[in-house]
Amino acid sequence: MNWALAAPELVLAVSALGILLNGVLRTRDSTILCTVLAVAVCVITAVLVIDTPTATAFGGLFVSDAFSRYSKLLILAGTVLCVVLSLDYNSRQRISRFEFPVLMLLSAVGMMVMSSANNLMTLYMGLELQSLAVYVLAAFARDDIRSAEAGLKYFVLSALASGLLLYGISLAYGFSGSMDFSRIAQAVMDPAGVSAGLTVGIAFIIAGLAFKLSAVPFHMWTPDVYEGAPTSVTAFMSTAPKVAPFVVLLRVMFGPFGHVTAQWQPIIVLISIASMLLGSFAAIAQTNIKRLMAYSSIGHMGYALVGLAAGTQTGVRGVLVYLLTYVVMSAGSFSCIVAMRRRGLAVDKIADLSGLARNDLTLATLLAIFMFSMAGVPPLAGFFGKLLVFQAAVDAGMWTLAIIGVLTSVVSCFYYLRVIKVMFFDASVAPFDVRSRSLSVVALATGAFTLIFFVYPAPFLGAANQAARALFG
Amino acid sequence: MIVAVAFYVFSAILLGSAAMVVTSRNPVHSVLFLILAFFNAAALFLIAGAEFLAMILVIVYVGAVAVLFLFVVMMLDVDFTALREGFQRYAPVGATVGVVLFFELASVLLGWRMSGDVSAAVLTRLPSHVQNTRAIGQVLYTDYFLLFQLSGLILLVAMIGAIVLTHRGRHTSKRQNITRQQERRVDETLQVVTVRSGAGIRELGLYRPIPVGREPVLAAPATTEVSTIVAQDQ
Repeated sequence: MNWALAAPELVLAVSALGILLNGVLRTRDSTILCTVLAVAVCVITAVLVIDTPTATAFGGLFVSDAFSRYSKLLILAGTVLCVVLSLDYNSRQRISRFEFPVLMLLSAVGMMVMSSANNLMTLYMGLELQSLAVYVLAAFARDDIRSAEAGLKYFVLSALASGLLLYGISLAYGFSGSMDFSRIAQAVMDPAGVSAGLTVGIAFIIAGLAFKLSAVPFHMWTPDVYEGAPTSVTAFMSTAPKVAPFVVLLRVMFGPFGHVTAQWQPIIVLISIASMLLGSFAAIAQTNIKRLMAYSSIGHMGYALVGLAAGTQTGVRGVLVYLLTYVVMSAGSFSCIVAMRRRGLAVDKIADLSGLARNDLTLATLLAIFMFSMAGVPPLAGFFGKLLVFQAAVDAGMWTLAIIGVLTSVVSCFYYLRVIKVMFFDASVAPFDVRSRSLSVVALATGAFTLIFFVYPAPFLGAANQAARALFG
Repeated sequence: MIVAVAFYVFSAILLGSAAMVVTSRNPVHSVLFLILAFFNAAALFLIAGAEFLAMILVIVYVGAVAVLFLFVVMMLDVDFTALREGFQRYAPVGATVGVVLFFELASVLLGWRMSGDVSAAVLTRLPSHVQNTRAIGQVLYTDYFLLFQLSGLILLVAMIGAIVLTHRGRHTSKRQNITRQQERRVDETLQVVTVRSGAGIRELGLYRPIPVGREPVLAAPATTEVSTIVAQDQ
């Protein structure tokens, strides 16, 4: 048994317990201390992640390779950004409690376990740990009826999705004889000998994971939950908890089911096209910026799924770069949305941004950068993700996917540009409250990354390439 | 022979009580039928040789979950007849979905080909020399240690969640703080103000406790003055 391989998870989990204990025992409010500690722990964990070697541990339940390291770093980065971003929002909304960063850390532990899963049971345990923490976070503003509704809705629908996933896992186990990824891969080596049961199992596993990704047709919860949950939690939900199910989907599809591509490729293509279409057309009518971001995230997951549908190593590399840029853009946009606060009240209508450029040029410029990047305008970071996945689709001969992707990108430009138009060309209304320094730091850091990613993308592309190669190994 | 009879008896009661859970009018009866169904399922597990699962089913499901359901049903006054109102209207849709799903699953089952060496495909064989409680114990804390610990974390998150979402620190209780009592001085406790005769304390703004963010406004001195002592709220 190779304990050291799971050192990052162990350190993160034990530190989360320590922070929890600290928060419980101190009589005075220690939210700020706990938040600072949480960020520090994430940084330490990231250093440990970089240091872990490539091997399997715990009797094959757990694997560490370049792919899991890349995903874990991305998950930790998303968590840190959202922990920092939530500090100010929560205190102004009067929901700041020390459990908030602790739940985020425990959720991150679950996500890291997911990305290291080498067994269907490990996958499920990690997924449940991640989701359960997010349900609680979604209902964190317990006196706000919308937040409670968001939490309940997410919990009930997600429990159903977990049931579908478990059913799929049991079918896959029954028809391949094992839970272990490599043994399943051996059992289904011959595509001709695949039974219908295994195909149904794969379909259910995809359904369960697609729910977490909010890909169409499992997206219904997304707009309501995004709108109802506290904005700091919405920011978290749209970053790291989107990465983890995606990397686990990649690992499951190319690991155990790598030889039966024909069984799952049509499903992924269908989900991808539906997500891209719904994400771009349904967002047009939105007036609430959080709902807009929800539809935008559905669309983005559709674009990223194009890379998976391609079924090649370059496709996986494209997805990994896409997820990186998506996490940064999302965290950045939400840091701007969190700053939308007038006379102490959080506002979330697009109309509230009217004429922002005249009151606060920095915020307006940053939000404009994120919107341009989400629309995929070169040379911003968002463009590279899209370029890589579409290129992979073209290389794999999937012209339909690439063409639909480009066309829906054009449609989605409309609503991203509308936000920019409202900010820069509409009549200005009362200015927003002064934003805190922690928000500015997050917004400026992510904005700078989005803006100058094209200058030196080599290390990120290299890391993504290495991670993709590890998956195909 | 006896085993076969027992199997059919338990199965029949299980199916019957499961049907009653859904159809019975009184929700308390539904929960009681659910408990009966659990007991019969436990008996079936015993017949199959899985005594650990049987005991867990009785302890966890009957002992905790079903009793919890019973509490919820009896404490929350849920109007179950109102919940069933749409049943007639939605029944065709539900039935269609059910039929489609049934045929899908049936097609899977019919396409099932038993391989020749089924016993070789089973990775974990039934151990003949150890009881299955011991067999589970042997792997649970060794091979599956990681998963065991992760379940612990999941339960911890559930506990934190329950506390975060429902616990409210009591602010109404008045606890005696002796140090604070000793440290109080007269000038922070008593305030001497002049009050016009006939003026209520509401007009003078001497309402206690002081509303947050508003200082009491003293009225202009009047001709007849009466000194009053107002005890300040700490």
